[in-house]
Amino acid sequence: MRRRLFLGAAAAAALGALPAWPQERVVRIGARKFTFDPDEVTLKLGEPVVLEFTTADVHMGFKCVELGVRADILPGEVARLKLTPQKAGDFGFFCDVFCGDDHELMSGTLHVVA
Amino acid sequence: MALDRRQFLKLAGIGGAVVVSGCARPSGDSYSADADEFFFVQLSDTHWGFRGAPNPEAANTLPKAIAAVNALETQPDFIVFTGDLTHTTDDPKERRRRLAQFKELVAALKVKDLRFMPGEHDGSLDRSEAFQEFFGATHYTFDHKGVHFVALDNVSDPAARIGEEQLAWLKRDLDAQPADARIVVLTHRPLFPLYPQWDWATGDGDRALELLMPRKNVTVFYGHIHQEHHFKTAHIEHHAAKSLVFPLPAPGSQPKRVPIAWDPEHPYRGLGFRQIEAEAPVEYKLTELPVAKA
Repeated sequence: MRRRLFLGAAAAAALGALPAWPQERVVRIGARKFTFDPDEVTLKLGEPVVLEFTTADVHMGFKCVELGVRADILPGEVARLKLTPQKAGDFGFFCDVFCGDDHELMSGTLHVVA
Repeated sequence: MALDRRQFLKLAGIGGAVVVSGCARPSGDSYSADADEFFFVQLSDTHWGFRGAPNPEAANTLPKAIAAVNALETQPDFIVFTGDLTHTTDDPKERRRRLAQFKELVAALKVKDLRFMPGEHDGSLDRSEAFQEFFGATHYTFDHKGVHFVALDNVSDPAARIGEEQLAWLKRDLDAQPADARIVVLTHRPLFPLYPQWDWATGDGDRALELLMPRKNVTVFYGHIHQEHHFKTAHIEHHAAKSLVFPLPAPGSQPKRVPIAWDPEHPYRGLGFRQIEAEAPVEYKLTELPVAKA
């Protein structure tokens, strides 16, 4: 299976500034019309994680404006997004690839806790 | 006593607030000899085919808007539709059925010079294939009485990008215009990042603005956000139009961008269309008009 790695600018900077973690935690998020599962994800401040995305139907997108990251989620592929949250708080994410009726409601929240 | 169009509008007091463009009148510039005053109408986000609680009168809203435009004392030179003519559907046959019904409905407009562009509901699921069957190209230019109009497509790519090919086309078109050209851009999504958290942006809109920025007389009219909104990026004005299906909340004013609920006490509130008076040399007067008189 072809795999893609998307590395956001914020995440890249963070990885260079923090001590190495023995193993990055992987968080799997499934996308389907018109939900993310899970749509609430809790991350630890400063902990590198890999978000793994798959889609059950059509091309989707993942975008979190506040954390400066996005990914295309293509059918039959696993999209990976390395992320090291640099600030605590609740940050919304959404599908930024139009996928049909109720696309506008396809969203979730990343909770970054200290 | 015969009234000219401006006198009529002033006396009739149609619609809501009048917003006067902040464009400065430059001095010492030359303008096209055929520059003239005229006005056009912008309709946006009609979402033909929508059914739901946010607008229980959805099947009647577009016909009412068409009747309201036809009732204008003076008819506009032309009418632009800035996207989301139809509400999205996964079924290609149903999409074409809605586009066909829409086309049939707007044929009742007295004005026959109509300019269409797609919204993501029309074009993002099939890269505007069906839209083009009914309405032709998704990006194009036309000139009217000294104003150069550019219709930009930022929806056929479902990721809301204009794309390299169209940006190159835009650059070629702008390069061919005189330095003091009056340019109006028509598009669906905001070209600037109005509120990216709600996807109210264009992925590569900054590239388009970069090309437009050296031009001193540029105004953008768009839709997508279902509300009147005015913003400036440097000297470029951006004016969003109301919808003709349901209003959306102000950017970032609530957690989710869900439609504002239909108010049976005030049906059609928050919906409307816009009249734009283009006055030489570079001023635009906007008048917001309701679907139905209160």
